[in-house]
Amino acid sequence: MSAATTTRHSLLRALFGNLASSLGTVAIGAFLLMAVPHLFSWAVINGVWQGGGDACTGDGACWSFLRAKFRFILFGIYPPGEQWRPAAVVVILIALTLWTLPRSHWTQRTLGLWIGGVVLSLVFMGGGIAGLQAVPTAAWGGLPITLLLTVLSLALGFPLATLLAVGRRSQLPVIRFLCVSFIEIVRALPLVSLLFIAAILVPLLLPEWLTIDNLARALVALTASSAAYLAEVLRGGLEGVHRGQAEAARALSLSHWQTLRLIVLPQAIRNVIPPLTNTAVVVVKNTSLVLVVGLFDLLSAGRAALSDPAWPAPYAETYLAVALIYFLICFGISRYSRSLETQR
Amino acid sequence: MNASPVVTLDGVQKWYGEYHALRGVQLTVNGGERIVICGPSGSGKSTLIRCINGLEPHDSGTITVNGIELAPDLKRIDEVRREVGMVFQSFNLFPHLTILENCTLAQIWARQRPKAEAEEIARHFLARVKIPEQALKYPGQLSGGQQQRVAIARALCMKPKIMLFDEPTSALDAEMVNEVLDIMVSLAREGMTMICVTHEMGFARAVADRVLFMDAGQIVEENAPAEFFERPRHERTRAFLGKLAVRPAAVG
Repeated sequence: MSAATTTRHSLLRALFGNLASSLGTVAIGAFLLMAVPHLFSWAVINGVWQGGGDACTGDGACWSFLRAKFRFILFGIYPPGEQWRPAAVVVILIALTLWTLPRSHWTQRTLGLWIGGVVLSLVFMGGGIAGLQAVPTAAWGGLPITLLLTVLSLALGFPLATLLAVGRRSQLPVIRFLCVSFIEIVRALPLVSLLFIAAILVPLLLPEWLTIDNLARALVALTASSAAYLAEVLRGGLEGVHRGQAEAARALSLSHWQTLRLIVLPQAIRNVIPPLTNTAVVVVKNTSLVLVVGLFDLLSAGRAALSDPAWPAPYAETYLAVALIYFLICFGISRYSRSLETQR
Repeated sequence: MNASPVVTLDGVQKWYGEYHALRGVQLTVNGGERIVICGPSGSGKSTLIRCINGLEPHDSGTITVNGIELAPDLKRIDEVRREVGMVFQSFNLFPHLTILENCTLAQIWARQRPKAEAEEIARHFLARVKIPEQALKYPGQLSGGQQQRVAIARALCMKPKIMLFDEPTSALDAEMVNEVLDIMVSLAREGMTMICVTHEMGFARAVADRVLFMDAGQIVEENAPAEFFERPRHERTRAFLGKLAVRPAAVG
C-alpha cells in the first residue's frame, strides 16, 4: 500500500470508524455545508471594503468600518494628532517582548531595558514633559492600555507572587498568616469586585489629598489578582523541588536567600511553566475587565467605536478584529512557553 | 598529621518529636583522621553527621567544629559550613546548572571568588575526580557514579578542612561503587579529615583510623578497623557484621 493510500485509509477510519464518529462527521459536514457559503458571502462576496456608513446597508460585512475606525479601536479617545505616541508605546512594548524571548537575553541589562521601556512608555502616554502635550490617563485607551496593564500586572505580580509563595511556606506564623490571608481573600473575590473596590472604595477610605489615578488603582487590583494566582502556581513548583537541593546548597554555605534564588526558585519555576503560561494568558484577558471602572482598554475602545451613529454598528466585525488581537497575544504566549519547556 | 581535635561532640541529644535519634553522643575527631560510621538503618548515623554541619539542629549537648561552637545561631552555622564539605547519598547535584556551574556557584556566591578563578579551581577538582571532559554537560547526562564524583569535586572546590560522606555509594549501581570509593581512598591518603557513614567495609579496612558502630542513637563500639572486624566486643556489633558478611568487600 502506498503512503497516500495509507493516509486516506486512516483518514477514512477516523471519520467513519464507527457509528458515533460517522454520525458526527455527517452532522459537522452538514453544518459546514450550510455555514461556510453563508460566511463566505457575508465576509467576501457582499463584504463592504470601501466607503462610509451609508455604504454598509446590505447583508455583507462592513469591513470599511474597521478601516475608518482602526485608529480609534487601537488608541481610543487619545488626541488624534498625538496618536504617534501610543503607537510608539505599542512598538516599544512589542519590541522589548521580542527581545526578551531568547534565554540568553535574560540578563540584568534586559531588566534595565524593560524598566527604561516602561518609563518611556508612561512618558509618551502622559506627556507633560519634553515638549509633549500632557494627556490625562482618562484619555488613554485601546491597545497600549491593554499591553501596559498586562506587562505591569505580570511584572509587578510575579515578584510579589514569589514572596507570597515563599512566605506561605515560612516557619514564622505571622508571615505565613499574612500571605495565606492575602492569597485566599484575593482569590475568593471576583476580579470585577476587586476592581470596584480599588476604584470606588479605596478613594473613600483615603484622605482627599491622597488621590491615586484611576488607571493606577486598576493596576493595583490586577496586580493583586495575578500575584495571588501566580503565587499558588509557584507554591506547587516549590513543593516539587527535592529537599536535598536546598540541603546541598546550604551545606555549600550558600545563605538562605541565595539558596532560594539560585537553586530552589529556578527549578520551581521550570516545574510549573505550563500552569504559569495558563495564568499569564488569563491575566492578558482579565485586563479587558477594566472597562467596568471606566478605562478604555482594547475591548472597550472597540465597543465605544460602535456607538458612532454615522455607522450601522457592525458588532461582529469589530469583535472579530479585537478577538484577533487577543488571540495573537495569547497564542504567542502559548507557543513561546511550549518552546521554553523543550529547551534546557 | 594534625593531632588536635577538629570535631568534638559532647553529650549530643536529638529528638524527632517523640523519637530519640541521638542519645548523648560523645565523639572527638582529630585533624587528618578518617572515621567510618556504620550501623543499622535508623541508628542515628546520618543524623549524627548532619548535626555536624547544622543541617539538623541538635537539641542539647555541644558540637564544636574547628574551634567554632555550633549553636542554633545562624551566623556561626555558616562559619562552620565553610569548613565542612558534604557528600549526599542522592548526590543532590543542581539539575538546572552545568557540571562546571555546579562546582563554581558556591565559590562565586559564598566565597566571593572571581568567576575565572572559580572555574579554574572547579576544572582542577573535576580533573581530580577524573571527569574533566564533562564540565559543560548537565547532571542528568551523567551516570550515577559520575554524578557522585562531581558532588565530591563540588564540595572540594570550597577547600573544606573536613569532609562528611553520608552513604555516598548506597544509591549507586554495584559497578559504579568502586569509581567513587577510589576517589575517597585517594582523598584519605592525602590526609583529608573524613567522617564517612558507609557500609563499604573494604573501604573501612583500607583507610579508616577508627570504625564506629552506632545503634539506637548511641555509639556502641569504636575501634581500629582490624580490631573492629576481627574481634568485635559488643554483641550488637557482631550481629550487624554477621549480616554484612554475605556481601563481598568492594575495595581490597
